Amino acid sequence: MTAQTGVTAALRRERVRVVSATVLRKLLSGVVVLWAAVTLTFFSVHLAPGDPVTLLMGENITPEFRAAVIADWQLDQPLWQQYLSHLLRIASGDLGTSFVQQQPVNAVLGARLWPTVALTAAAVVVAVGLAVAGALLTAGRPRWMVALPSTLELVLASVPSFWLGILLLTAFSFQFALFPVAGTEGVRALVLPALTLALPLAAVLSQVMRGGLERALEQPFAVTARSRGVSPWEVRTRHGLRHSLLPAVTLTGWAVGGLLNGTVITEQVFGRPGLGQATVQAVTQQDIPVVLAVVLLSVVFYVVVSTVVDLLYLLVDPRLRRSGT
Amino acid sequence: MSSTSLATAVRPAPGQDTDLLIDVQDLHVHFPTGAGPVHAVRGISLQVRRGETVAVVGESGSGKSVTSRALVGLAGPHARVEAARLHVGGQDAGRFTERDWQRVRGAEIGLVLQDALGSLDPLRTVEQEVGEALRRHGTLSRWDRRGRRAAVEELLAAAGIPDPAVRSRQYPHELSGGLRQRALIASALAGGPSLLIADEPTTALDVTVQAQILDLLAQRKRDGLGLLLVSHDLAVVAAVADRVLVVSGGEVVEEGPVADVIGAPAHPYTRTLLSAIPSAGSRGRRLSPDRAPLPERSIDVDAPVVVADGLGKSFRRRGGAIHAVRDVSLTISRGETLGLVGESGSGKSTVARLLLGLTRPDTGTVRFPGAERPGAGPQLVPQDAFGSFDPRYPVGAVVAEGLGHLDRTRRRARVVELLDQVGLPASVAERYPRQLSGGQRQRVAIARAIGPRPRLLVCDEPVSALDVSVQAQVLDLLAELQAELGTAVLFVSHDLGVVHHVSDRVLVMRHGEIVESGPVQRVFRAPAHPYTELLLDSLPPAVRPIRPPHAPVPEPGATS
Amino acid sequence: MIVLDRAGRAAARSQPAQRPRRRVRREQLPVLAASGVLVLVGAMALVPGAFTAADPILADPIATLRPPGAEHPFGTDLLGRDVWARVVHGARHSLFIGLTATVLALLVGVLLGLAAGVGHRYLDEFVSRVFDVLGAFPELLLALLFISLAGTGTANLIIAIGIAAAPRYGRVVRAETLAVRNAGYVEQAALLGIGAWARALRHVLPNALGTIPILATLGLGSAIISAAGLGFLGFGPQPPLPEWGSLLAEGRNYLRIGWWLGVFPGLAITVTVVATAVVGGHLQRRFERRNSL
Repeated sequence: MTAQTGVTAALRRERVRVVSATVLRKLLSGVVVLWAAVTLTFFSVHLAPGDPVTLLMGENITPEFRAAVIADWQLDQPLWQQYLSHLLRIASGDLGTSFVQQQPVNAVLGARLWPTVALTAAAVVVAVGLAVAGALLTAGRPRWMVALPSTLELVLASVPSFWLGILLLTAFSFQFALFPVAGTEGVRALVLPALTLALPLAAVLSQVMRGGLERALEQPFAVTARSRGVSPWEVRTRHGLRHSLLPAVTLTGWAVGGLLNGTVITEQVFGRPGLGQATVQAVTQQDIPVVLAVVLLSVVFYVVVSTVVDLLYLLVDPRLRRSGT
Repeated sequence: MSSTSLATAVRPAPGQDTDLLIDVQDLHVHFPTGAGPVHAVRGISLQVRRGETVAVVGESGSGKSVTSRALVGLAGPHARVEAARLHVGGQDAGRFTERDWQRVRGAEIGLVLQDALGSLDPLRTVEQEVGEALRRHGTLSRWDRRGRRAAVEELLAAAGIPDPAVRSRQYPHELSGGLRQRALIASALAGGPSLLIADEPTTALDVTVQAQILDLLAQRKRDGLGLLLVSHDLAVVAAVADRVLVVSGGEVVEEGPVADVIGAPAHPYTRTLLSAIPSAGSRGRRLSPDRAPLPERSIDVDAPVVVADGLGKSFRRRGGAIHAVRDVSLTISRGETLGLVGESGSGKSTVARLLLGLTRPDTGTVRFPGAERPGAGPQLVPQDAFGSFDPRYPVGAVVAEGLGHLDRTRRRARVVELLDQVGLPASVAERYPRQLSGGQRQRVAIARAIGPRPRLLVCDEPVSALDVSVQAQVLDLLAELQAELGTAVLFVSHDLGVVHHVSDRVLVMRHGEIVESGPVQRVFRAPAHPYTELLLDSLPPAVRPIRPPHAPVPEPGATS
Repeated sequence: MIVLDRAGRAAARSQPAQRPRRRVRREQLPVLAASGVLVLVGAMALVPGAFTAADPILADPIATLRPPGAEHPFGTDLLGRDVWARVVHGARHSLFIGLTATVLALLVGVLLGLAAGVGHRYLDEFVSRVFDVLGAFPELLLALLFISLAGTGTANLIIAIGIAAAPRYGRVVRAETLAVRNAGYVEQAALLGIGAWARALRHVLPNALGTIPILATLGLGSAIISAAGLGFLGFGPQPPLPEWGSLLAEGRNYLRIGWWLGVFPGLAITVTVVATAVVGGHLQRRFERRNSL
């Protein structure tokens, strides 16, 4: 018995080792990606045609302003030194100054953070819920039963989010006045934007998850589970559902990118004062420091989410916990 | 079909014969397909009693697997299943609802499918999988996890799994093939069924593991379990079954006590199947029922075609290197077949790749004495012929690829000639490999391999994916071609019977090393190494070579 | 007749199911329709005059904000311009940007992907890292960054969308190349004495690039959406030039008084993109059928 507990403990230690190695590897590669992103944005400003000050500030500026920009970006220093202090500053969490709005970028974006976070979180919850339900209900059903849902998925996956938002607005705000046209007040203002963001994501997720579920239900283990007396529905929920998640992992990058792209558009459609709207404003006003900061933030978001998702997959799929791969 | 439904309605459920675990009369299964309904099972009848083992033997497409699934109500959503009588555990299953079936599955009948890795949910622990039947049928409360864990460990121990407490916490991919199959059997028996249906339970397993699993099943049978064994392998069946049904095209062509069917087969199909089994006794003869002698081969021992010396190869893995091949030396002469036998992971395929030059050895050399002509390097007949064809190429282009030295018209003529040599019509050249059967694809692979007139042909498990009767045809073809062309052959296989049938000399590999080598008759009849002995003892008695059932056939070209 | 079971899919699937001739034809119907849509949209982009006689730019103060009707099938906008004419003429911009950006993305992606797939391990490592980093940028934000640094304009739009989409193609091509490089038929060709270059040209390239038409079709759809999205945000061709995205942006402001302004341009985008998805899906199924048993 003690020998067995010993082996069990060894087994557990091995798993802990593999998982922590994976966490470490993911974090490390995340840091590398972040560093590369900072470097890329830094040099893109310096390698863009024209004077960086003009690029950062526009043509008509006073000499004092010019001096302030040069000081802020240390443009009088050699390039490598500028790069180093840029890196250090970003690492310390300082995203620079918006000259257009005359305040720190952190302050500009901080005020806009919450509506975007609420929107994205609501959209993810709705999308995952819809996708799981869709996949569970439609997988492996006869052709005529799946025809309608899969057509709907195809259309929703293809529809541009700005048009989807406009349709939802036309229907539910102008025709029936169920939800407000714009703004961030209350949960009701969140419904249409969250749906706009969630529906295309849910459509693609559901397509992929149904594929995964159908493949799982065709595996011998599904027949074997049935042969133990398990009901078809239980085979779906207890066996199939986890398998349906596996192909969805390849979508993580796409989904995160899609969410961030979507927030920019959705906030514009619904007039929500979030990060996306701030981005569009900044691009329009040539407020480069803000644009750079948003891009960096989105990369951070991407790195964090994909790391978390990868780790969740270690929970879902024990085969990934094998050492060596 | 109203007459059959009437028959079921009239007949009362039998209570008299309580030993009768399953009783099916005139079973038919239809599948609707685009090309019209497929009548997969055409009137099969069978009965299994307590403590009895009944085997259903047939090749792929014979309807044997469909039958086994229809008996547990899992023939598929589109299947139309009809039977004059279908009684399961004394109940009339013809009237079963899905709920009734769920009550019976796992509790009255257990099912074990062929592929143990695929049959256990890879995302769940062994405990969860075995415990599933207990949750469904056991007397334990749904929430009694501790009790269930103890029960699972008991079941695993009964299935011959050492350290059940450890194994139950592991996932299927962490277990060896043999342990997986044992765990699967444990999960099928967890609900306490009196009948176990096992569909090819040992097919993917190494021969030593196969013997252990058959032992386990035999032991359960002695405990009173009824066993319905579905298999393609008559030899395996002969070792454990009491009665055997030979099926072909969805019908039973012959049935009876196993000794009768195998000892004195009445039906031509059974005779074909039996004669197709390669073994010690079939050496030098065709694997067709006439057992005609194969053409004589002449082995020129003074003309070695390939000489490998001290080959070593290791692959780097996380946490150390794996020595796939260690100090392997071999020679193959003109016209000779060298068998290379071993279990999975023994390194035999790596040796093949080293000889072919597809993998570079870490140590040692491969020489091809007297190979002046370019383009005639060693050729490969692989196991997965389909994967070895470019999906964009028709058969003609596949075969022609190695004939670049010929001009266009001569090349075309040569392709036709090669196809003819492997028994395929010239019209096949325009078709695509995916349109061919498995046997035809293997013939195409052979045609391509002999095209450049190689002095050495490496056959890496060339018949392992084929049905027995097709395997027999391909082996006969290879033997004829070799006699005609005088090619040296390295024949890599896990199947001792096949190796015994085709080889002149044999190398036995284990853990990357050659443990024994010599003339095949000597090695297989009087093994010197305990591992060789273990391998041979693991063979089902019907194909064990110690006392060959046929009169010894003179070694072809053994003395030259 | 006793029907015993209607559940458990696996057994039926293991049957050698022949594909029905009749259903294949019915399955092809959506593909034919979708291809028709794409041809039609292409024609609109090339010869818009064949589809509408109305001027997409000229204002008509008498006929402002007319709902859809016989004279104006998609209605008119605030300045009395025919929405159908503006949608038809808008096809040119959206399609042009979508197509050229896709071609650019394919060029960059395929070259890098192939280099990573057939090249040295270090090159592969480097290119994969580049894909990782580029892939971490959301496409729209990368395009916005590019635009804010380089300015708007059609060429910049194309570069922005193309570069942002390139890693997607590159990753697929790299994975395909790696898989094909180790395929059985490439080894066989080596045994038959076919040289490395000939192997690459005969087997690796055609099979690794077999997915390109699929990628390109599906990519065209998302490039059209990206282009329209940038147009919607105001970074596309400037008014009064018609473009699907900017048409929608205008429409968004007048939803209360003219629903048709927001509905029809979006419908045009959606129908086009759905068509690319249907055709792409069809190509994919055909490819998979050809490469499997």
